[in-house]
Amino acid sequence: MQTIEIIVGITLLVFAFLAIESKKIINSIIYLSILSMLSVVSFVFMKAPDVAITEAVIGSGLVTAVFIFTLFSIKKAGDKE
Amino acid sequence: MKRLIAILLVAVLGLFIYSNLYTEGNGKLFPKFGEVNLSERVSEKYVKKSVNGNESEVVFNETNNAESGSANMVTSIVVNYRSFDTLGEVTVLFVSALGVGLLLRGNSRMKFKTKPNFILRAGVRIIAGIILITGIYIFIHGHLTPGGGFPGGSMIASAVLLFYISDDEFKTKVKAFKFLEGTAGSLYLIFGLLGLTMGGYFLYNFLPTGIVGNLFSAGIVPIVYIFVGLKVGSELSNLISDFLSEEGK
Repeated sequence: MQTIEIIVGITLLVFAFLAIESKKIINSIIYLSILSMLSVVSFVFMKAPDVAITEAVIGSGLVTAVFIFTLFSIKKAGDKE
Repeated sequence: MKRLIAILLVAVLGLFIYSNLYTEGNGKLFPKFGEVNLSERVSEKYVKKSVNGNESEVVFNETNNAESGSANMVTSIVVNYRSFDTLGEVTVLFVSALGVGLLLRGNSRMKFKTKPNFILRAGVRIIAGIILITGIYIFIHGHLTPGGGFPGGSMIASAVLLFYISDDEFKTKVKAFKFLEGTAGSLYLIFGLLGLTMGGYFLYNFLPTGIVGNLFSAGIVPIVYIFVGLKVGSELSNLISDFLSEEGK
């Protein structure tokens, strides 16, 4: 179990780095979504199911959607000018 | 070179966090899971539900009239002992939704470039009902199982989000959602004021708490969680519909 936790932790770090460093914003958003999905696994390992449910719904679902919609609106506003 | 430094920095930070999280007991910041001496911690009071000094053992499905009847300790702290904090959180969410509504509110609905296909539409119709029921289950059973008002409400909002993605013509009945949000929020406050008149404290748990583990236990905790769930669900749905609207031409 300990090794799985460490692997999940290292993958979390890798995706956090990719989210910062990627050139396209949409890729960044997808990496953030993967990051929060992996942190759900991490929370379950730490025996915090309450936090895990909230992170699964808000972190990887709604926040990703809100980011993508914002990106769409920015692009549309840029096209008009 | 810049990237190398960034990777090194991230690795050192991660090593620092994980070395603190996974050290063996004795004296370190985070003791190993399950090996902490509970009697030295504040949480023992909340586990035994005895902040006022009633030091009896709490047994699932047997104990009657515990101080806070909820079986889930997190809910017990969040909605019973620290309910005023939850009221503040709900207010923060309300203010942010209000800000989004004021800034982004448009008349017509934003259209996506590609039309949603048949499989997406049919799949969403099947799955949205299940998501809605799961959300309602989670906020009704918030005092028994992990979860509660916020996750349940946001699950409802995610079902609405799926409808928005799958159907180009879908538009929520904004007026009904606004009404639901306002009513749920004011009922939460009314329950707080009822506690003030009956028990002497704002948001006092004045209903009988019943047997630990039953659906109708924990006094006003499940009622408050239902209101919080409805409020958060309608608020986040409104927020999504505000994000997806654009100015009319």
